[in-house]
Amino acid sequence: MSYSFELPLLILLILTAGGAIVVKDLISSVLILGSYSFFLALVWAWLGAVDVAFVEAVVGAGLATVFFLLTLFRMAPEHILIQRSPPPISAVIALPLLGLLLLYAASDLPAFGDPQSPASSHISPYYLENSLRETQTPNVVTAVLMDYRALDTMLETGVIFTSGMACWLLLGRKHS
Amino acid sequence: MTGFSLVVLDVLAVLIVVYLYRVVRGPTVYDRILGLNGISTKAIILLVVIGTVYERVAMFVDISTGYALLNLVGALALAKYLEQRGAL
Repeated sequence: MSYSFELPLLILLILTAGGAIVVKDLISSVLILGSYSFFLALVWAWLGAVDVAFVEAVVGAGLATVFFLLTLFRMAPEHILIQRSPPPISAVIALPLLGLLLLYAASDLPAFGDPQSPASSHISPYYLENSLRETQTPNVVTAVLMDYRALDTMLETGVIFTSGMACWLLLGRKHS
Repeated sequence: MTGFSLVVLDVLAVLIVVYLYRVVRGPTVYDRILGLNGISTKAIILLVVIGTVYERVAMFVDISTGYALLNLVGALALAKYLEQRGAL
C-alpha cells in the first residue's frame, strides 16, 4: 500500500484545529473540537489502534463535548463570545521553531510497523511469550495493564475518580 | 479491492471537507450542528470502509455503532442546551 490514507485525515485535523481557533463564539468552538476528536479517532482506527480510537471517540467527541456544553450552560451569555487579542510576537517566533524541532526529533523515530524497531524486536515479544505463564491472564493487554503496570493503573483510576467527583460537585449544584 | 476502498475513503474525505466548510463558516449554530451531524454519518461509513480494508469488518462495525450512539447523545445534549438557552 504505497499511498497512505492518513494524509487527508491529517489535513482534516489541521483544518478543524484551525477552525476551532478562528471562530468567534465558544459553542461553535466546542462543536468543531468534537469533529476534531472524530478525525483523531479515525486516524487511530486507520493506524490499527482500535481501542484507542474508541476511547478517543467516547471521551473526546462524546463526553468532553457534553461537559463543555454543560459548562457553557452555566455561564452568562456575554462570556460565550471570545475577545481575541493578537498573539505576542515571542510566541509567533518560538512556536514554529518548536514545531520544527519536534519534526526533526520525529525523523529519528523508527518507521511505522518497522519489525526492526526496539519496541517490536525485544519488548513486545517478551510480553507475548511470557505474560500467560507469569500472570495466568489470557489477554496480553489486560496482563500488561492489570499485572505489570498495576500500580500505574491504580493511580490512573484514582485520577479518574477525583475528576469524576470534581465534575459531580461542580455540575450537580443547584442554581443559586 | 483495496484500491477501490482507498478511492471510496478519499471521496468520503472530500465530502467531509464540504461539511466542514459549513461547520466552520456557518452563520448560525444550527448550520454547525447540521454540518456536524453530516460529518458524523460520513465518519461512520468511513470506519466501516476502513474495516473492509483491514478485513476486520465485525470489529469496526461495533465502533461505528458506538460513533452513531455518541452522535445521538451529542445531538440531544445540544438540542437540550439550545432549547433552554435559546439560539445565539
